[in-house]
Order: sequence, then structure tokens, then C-alpha cells
Amino acid sequence: METIIQVKGLVKHFKDVKAVDGLSFSVNKGEIYGFLGQNGAGKSTTIRMLLSLVEPTNGSIQIFGKELKGNRSAILKSTGAVIEKPDLYKYLTAFENLSIFARLSGKRLNTSEIKSRLERVGLADRAHSKVKTFSQGMKQRLGIAVALVHDPDLIILDEPANGLDPQGIAEIRNLILHLGRDLKKTVLVSSHLLSEVEQIADRLLIINKGKKMVEGTIAELLDPSKMQLELNTGNNAYALSLMQAFDGVRNISNRENSLLIELHQQQIPHLIRHLVNHNVEILSVFSRHSLENYFLSLTSSDHVEPIAN
Amino acid sequence: MWNLLQIEVFKIFKRPRTYISFVAITIIIVLIQLAFFSDGNAYMDFALSALKDRFDINGKLLNGYFICYLVLQMLLIHVPLLIALVSGDVLSGEANMGTLRMLMTKPISRSQIVMSKFIASFIYTILLLTWMAFLSLVVSMMIFGTDDLLIFNSDKAILLREADVFWRFVAAFIYGAIGMTTVTALAILLSVFADNSIGPIVGTMSVIILFTIMTGLDLPFFDFLKPIMFTRHMLAWKGFFNEPVNFTSVIKSGCILVGHIVVFLGAAILVFRKKDILS
Repeated sequence: METIIQVKGLVKHFKDVKAVDGLSFSVNKGEIYGFLGQNGAGKSTTIRMLLSLVEPTNGSIQIFGKELKGNRSAILKSTGAVIEKPDLYKYLTAFENLSIFARLSGKRLNTSEIKSRLERVGLADRAHSKVKTFSQGMKQRLGIAVALVHDPDLIILDEPANGLDPQGIAEIRNLILHLGRDLKKTVLVSSHLLSEVEQIADRLLIINKGKKMVEGTIAELLDPSKMQLELNTGNNAYALSLMQAFDGVRNISNRENSLLIELHQQQIPHLIRHLVNHNVEILSVFSRHSLENYFLSLTSSDHVEPIAN
Repeated sequence: MWNLLQIEVFKIFKRPRTYISFVAITIIIVLIQLAFFSDGNAYMDFALSALKDRFDINGKLLNGYFICYLVLQMLLIHVPLLIALVSGDVLSGEANMGTLRMLMTKPISRSQIVMSKFIASFIYTILLLTWMAFLSLVVSMMIFGTDDLLIFNSDKAILLREADVFWRFVAAFIYGAIGMTTVTALAILLSVFADNSIGPIVGTMSVIILFTIMTGLDLPFFDFLKPIMFTRHMLAWKGFFNEPVNFTSVIKSGCILVGHIVVFLGAAILVFRKKDILS
């Protein structure tokens, strides 16, 4: 499979702060690659280095098989990006913004082409409104239209769902899926929320404190044998004794009024039925993947070591 | 580059703050013209009172050339402040708005970005000076007519014949454009270091005010700063109104200003090429 992004031993120091620490990963052609990490983990710095906004202290970046250093313009001609929030010229209209960025990308679009691109992101009726009158969601959609205006092969989206309402998040998710699945674009999308990328990404990379923690396909990372269940029942003590005798239940613990257990995903309905058959009143059940636990631990722990997968 | 330049000029003239300078200059010049239209003769009588005792003065000395010279004296020292308002914002304003990082994801080199912004600011500067020349020279000539130009210096009065004046104003405005471009280059250099436009605008204004004060004081204590006090050379346009004109001195000052432009712009490009865009 063709590699579109190849990052090796990437390091970035900001004075005494090591923002990115020996990061290596690769993104294959046509895949949606999720880039996860808590705020301040080094995602935006890495993305800025991929787009040559920030000079790496060390390491190498190859995009489309070319070294970024020395081939910046050629690479950016085939790359579209939105970094953090899509800040556009607020005193210009959506039409003018799109027209300007198309020309900067080396593409001259006529009026109908600009309007069709605005239509694609649902902004055709606001084409001649100034961006300062737009909501965050509209700005985000216009930012994505700007990133896609020159029909790039590689799309880099840094926290595209930031500041959006649930409907806006769903729209962005569908757009990314459309880009990856239907248009066969290579998409690198970063987020600090696992839930945002696990539904769309083919592969995931989790970083913490600038270091790679884990990388792999969703199937590899979301191990179904390591589901964590949080139960709240009418009689936790009785439920606990029943679960201790239930085959496959591991790592039982108490947390405030809940019981935490680990078991295989397929065993969950059997366990619930077993408890109900023994007249245990189930007040609530929450299930989490082991990856989510791990990811959450990254956000709460200062000392996390990379895990093998 | 041409494409980028067109976009930069378009952006400058789409911002309301760009027109503040045009409005300010219009108001100042129109007020001066109104004041002289109403009380100009009394002013001239007072100004010429010392000369009238010893010379027989005929003709219309309150004319368009005289008004234009007064405007130039008053404004060429203040226009840099208006230039800084736009030039100081071209890079740092984009960093502040966040548009700089969108711009930097496009296939344009950093040197091209700085150069296009400099040239766009230069075009703005030229247009501002052209507007100023139109109002102060052309409109004044239409209102007050033309005649010989009498200039009062600290120790002498110079009378320039009517037929020998117009070219001097054209030369003074062209020289003024070099001076203002120096301010543009300084504002862009300061703009490279900042992520908001207040710093470079205030910084440029402060440098000009400080250097102008030091130039005016002309104390030996400031001699070591003279080589970098470009504001001193910005005043060399007055040399075109000497008789005879010392072209060597004026050209030398012009070359020093051009040198400053090259240094400021070169430094801006060097710094910007290495700068991490974190805004």
C-alpha cells in the first residue's frame, strides 16, 4: 500500500519544553487516520510540522514520497488543511474568502464553481454574507470548503469538531467519511475525543506528552475481550457475589455506588440475563472499551508508558 | 507573485481601517484650506510684516503652492503614523486573526508572502501620497491660484519663481514616497515579530516620534545614533525648495533611506522564513 505520510523520529523543542518527542508514524493512501491525544499532547504541533508552519528540531517528514523540506510548495499543492479553528477573513464574504484561497492554491474558479463549492457545504445562500456574521459551525464548514477548494489528495483536519453542536459534529463526521470512503482521499484527522474518531478512522494513533502511545487499526485497538462494564444495581453486594461466580468476569472492583468489571463483549447480554434471572434490579449499565479506559488514563495520569499492540 | 499581490491589495482595500488615513488627510487638508481661505490674508500680513519694512512685496503670495508647502511641512512628519496603521497590521493582523496559518498552508513561499505584503503596503502608501498631493497641490492651486513661492526658513526667505516651482513639489512627493516606504518596511519588520497589530503599530509610531524628537534636538549626545535615525533623512525633501538645489545631499539622503528599506525588508524576510507559526 502506498504511504502518503511518513514521519520518522520527529522532535520539536520550544525552549525547554519538548512538545513532540521522537514521534514516528505513517499514513497510507486512501485511509482515514485518527490522531488522538489530550489537549497539549503535541497533536497541533505535529500537524503544524506536517504543513511546515513549524520547523522540526529533529526528524524527517515525507509526504507523497518527497521530503517536506525542499518540496514544500509541491506538497502543499496537493494538500488541504484546517488547523484548529478555521479562521478566515471576517471582513470578506464567504464567496470572496473561497475565491481568494482558491487562487492562492493555484486554482481560478468562476462564479458558478465557487457557488457549487459553497452549496456542497450548505452555504450557498450565505455566499455574499461577511464571515463575521457566521456561526462557529458555518465557519467550520467554510474552512473545510477552503481546504478542499483545490481538490487535494491529502486532507489534514485538526480538531474539526471543536466548538460545534451535535448536529455540526455529525455533519463533519459524514463529510470526512464521504472524503475517505467515496472520494478515496487520504484524511488525517486529529481530536482529543476518542468518540469522535473511532467511528470514522481506519487506523488510530494516540500520543501523550509528544510521544507515541499506541497505533493500530480500530479492530486491533478495540479488543472486544477487554470491555469494561459499570453496573449500578438495587443490591450491589448480591450482584457482586453473583458476578464473582460468573465465568469470564475479571477485575471486579467497587466504585462509589457502582461495580466495575471486565469481560468479553459477547458475554455482556449473558451476564445481564443472569443477574435479572436472580432478581437483581439493574438501575444502569455503562460499557466502555479498554482503549477508552486507556485513553482516559492518558488524560488523567502523568506517567503513562507506551503500550504494545 | 502577481496573483498574490492582487489578493493582498484587494484585502488592504477591503478593510475599513485603510480609509481612516484617507479621511484623516482629507479633513486636515480641507481644514487648512478653509482656514486660509477665510483668514489667509491676515496670516500673510503678519508673516510678512518684518519683510515689508525692507522689501516691496507684490503679487499673490497666498497661493496654491504656498498652501501645499505648508501642508507638506505639517503632514510629511505625521503621515508615517497613518502608514504604520496599515503596514504594521499586514502580517501581525493576519496572525491575530488566525488567517496567517490558513495562508501558510497554501503553496506560497514565505519570502513571497512578505514581499507581496510589502508591495501592497507600498501601493497603499503611494495612493495615500497621491491623494495628499491631489488635495494639497491640485485643489489648492484651483482654489488659491498660482504665483511665486515664498518660503521662510529660520535665517532666510527664499523666493522661487512660479515657473520653477511645480517640479519641486513633484520631486518632494516622490522623495516623500521613499521616506514613507521606509516607514512601511520598518512596520513590516516589527509586524513579523508580533502576533497582534498593536505592538508593531505602536512600535513604529514610537520609533518615528523618538527619532523625530532626537533629530529636532540635534544634541551631540545623540550623534552616535545619527546613522540609524532615518527620520533625519526623511526631511531631506525640503532640499528641493533650496536655491540652488543641493542634489548631492538630497540623493545621498534618498540612498540612505533606500538602504534602510533593503535592511528592514531583508531582516523581515529572514526572520519570517525561520519563524514558527504558532498563532
